[in-house]
Amino acid sequence: MTLPRNSSPTHGRDYSRRNALRLGGLGAAALGLAACGVQGAASSKPTSTKQALSAAQQFWKAQKPTTHINFANWALYIDPSHDTLKQFTAATGITVTYSEVIQDDPSFFAKINPIIRAGQDTGYDIMVMTDGLEFGELVQLGDVTPLDQSKLTNFYKYAGKAYQNRAFDPGNVYSVPWASGSTGIGWNPKYVKTPPTSMADLWNPAYAGHVGMMSDTQEIANFGLIKLGINPETSTENDWKAAAAELLKQKDAHIVRKYYDQGYIDALSKGDIWITMAWSGDIFQQNLSSGTNLQFTVPKEGGTLWTDNMMIPKNAANPVAAMELIDWFYKPEIAALLTEAIEYISPVPSVQGIIKQDAAKAAKPADKQTLLEVADSPLVWVSDADYARLKTYVPITAKTSVAFNSIFQPVVAG
Amino acid sequence: MRRLRAAAVPYLLILPGGLWLVIFFVIPLIALISLSTQQGDIVDGFTQTFHFANYATAWSNYHQQFLRSLLYGGLATILCIVLAYPMAYWIAFRGGARKSMYLFLILLPFFVSFVLRTVSWQYILGDNGLVLGPLKSAGIFPQGFRVLATGTAVIGGLTYNYLPFMVLPVYVALERIDFRLVEAAQDLYASRAVAFRRVVLPLSLPGLFAGVLLTFVPVAADYVNASLLGGTSNTMVGNIIQDEFLNVQDYPTGSALSFMLMALLLVGMFSYARALGTEEVLEVAAR
Repeated sequence: MTLPRNSSPTHGRDYSRRNALRLGGLGAAALGLAACGVQGAASSKPTSTKQALSAAQQFWKAQKPTTHINFANWALYIDPSHDTLKQFTAATGITVTYSEVIQDDPSFFAKINPIIRAGQDTGYDIMVMTDGLEFGELVQLGDVTPLDQSKLTNFYKYAGKAYQNRAFDPGNVYSVPWASGSTGIGWNPKYVKTPPTSMADLWNPAYAGHVGMMSDTQEIANFGLIKLGINPETSTENDWKAAAAELLKQKDAHIVRKYYDQGYIDALSKGDIWITMAWSGDIFQQNLSSGTNLQFTVPKEGGTLWTDNMMIPKNAANPVAAMELIDWFYKPEIAALLTEAIEYISPVPSVQGIIKQDAAKAAKPADKQTLLEVADSPLVWVSDADYARLKTYVPITAKTSVAFNSIFQPVVAG
Repeated sequence: MRRLRAAAVPYLLILPGGLWLVIFFVIPLIALISLSTQQGDIVDGFTQTFHFANYATAWSNYHQQFLRSLLYGGLATILCIVLAYPMAYWIAFRGGARKSMYLFLILLPFFVSFVLRTVSWQYILGDNGLVLGPLKSAGIFPQGFRVLATGTAVIGGLTYNYLPFMVLPVYVALERIDFRLVEAAQDLYASRAVAFRRVVLPLSLPGLFAGVLLTFVPVAADYVNASLLGGTSNTMVGNIIQDEFLNVQDYPTGSALSFMLMALLLVGMFSYARALGTEEVLEVAAR
């Protein structure tokens, strides 16, 4: 039971003590308010590519080989049997722990950046990041280790010229591609009877409550811009506002069910959503692994072309082994195995021939059929006409991202 | 000397708790308040400019989610009371020798991670899932009908997840009531309803208050239910804060929202306590 307050013998003393504490607390709070800040990386980042490369040489000289790798990747992004990795272990003796921990770029960046900034190991030796805002931020913040160029033998031998020395990473200082692909429209023919052809199908009120859009602001911005006929690469802040307004129209009419991370693929298979923004290869892999019959198309106005890249986070424990695995995926037969399973665009052009050979050798007619489909898939071997329709992300930097996100974040925020 | 030592004892006793509070609450709180008025971006860092406009911007962009959180929190808390009170009453007065088993059953779901339990609802209530699939093919619901991605689903999930936090304190309060008081009331010609209203209910109010505190505060700040069960117009402020920190790296906006939520909940709780006429909020809650 509570005692009445004034019966407490310490009543009077309590108050003065409390006041003293209050004053002390206020003082500390004021000091804290002024002092706290979140440090950027302006001081720690190398100023030029050349400097980065010479720092990298120093770094790599000091590294010792290890026998294990932790690989962070997206879901549905490797052959389901992991044969590519098993063969690597057999050939090198290096074991690989493969984790499907990346759901989208912003959240993965947010997870690892504070760890790296604190000087700690993220627990991953290789990660796969898209060529968007976070890629640039990782480089600018010095969160990634420059690659050991002397270990990239297969890459320089077999990678197509179009996949070397890209604008987002000149000289492949920090990254080499894992795969490229497009963002377009995925749909479930069980519910969507007329195959979608244009962006307008995602705004179709007939599918209200069953349309999926992505929660990544860079992905969704592109769809708003492309629908309005604006090229994301050259878009301005006013274009962004117009695109956000277009996306809000779609949301306010309750057409969008939810803004998804990679979870959209489950929702599409279950029938919660009928038509959705989708990544080309996801649809294929989902059909392969769960026997669904989902479809994919790039709308006539265009879709997004992106490249996912292997990078080594700073403070990684096994960088030497990581370099070996990175280059391993450029052996044409390994690259072919990967492409057969994920149906994304391979940076190694010679895999098309290998897949055709594998198809000819395939024992089961069903396997043969699948391989031939991959070997001729317009999603993997993108025609020049399709390339012309595909757009890159809006080129934003950490600075412009503040304005960009304040326009698009409220759209996905609900 | 002895007097000195005796005077030091309360301070020594409070030291572990005090240190814990300073390191894990006061310092982070100051950092949070400091961040909320800073400007900058993740690459160049954030610097203190006492930019109080962050609060205005955060409010004008996200007041809808704020109000929705309070609404959902309030509705879920009321639902919790409606469900929990009879349960606690029955266990306290009619539970007999099996009381502890019933309490254990209420706590049983806690042995499974609540994220997992909530995800399982996605499968049970999916548009063509275990429940709706058969009902739809039987023609009872139209093809477009759904439970998930609605406000109802979010409020339902919140109620489901936080129910035990209401049952337990209400049970403790009811269990302490001497049932002879009710009998005495009935001896004095009070009907069962009057006895409940005049005797049982007032005596259980402190438990109810603690229950409201333990449910409403976490429910209003919850983000898991809205992100797993909600759709585009069911986002709560917790989701926004999570996004600001973990997706767009806008730490100042996230901090401003967190601080506003905390302040709002504290003010709300204290005025609720005052309106209820309870003398010392924290003492009541601690009972």
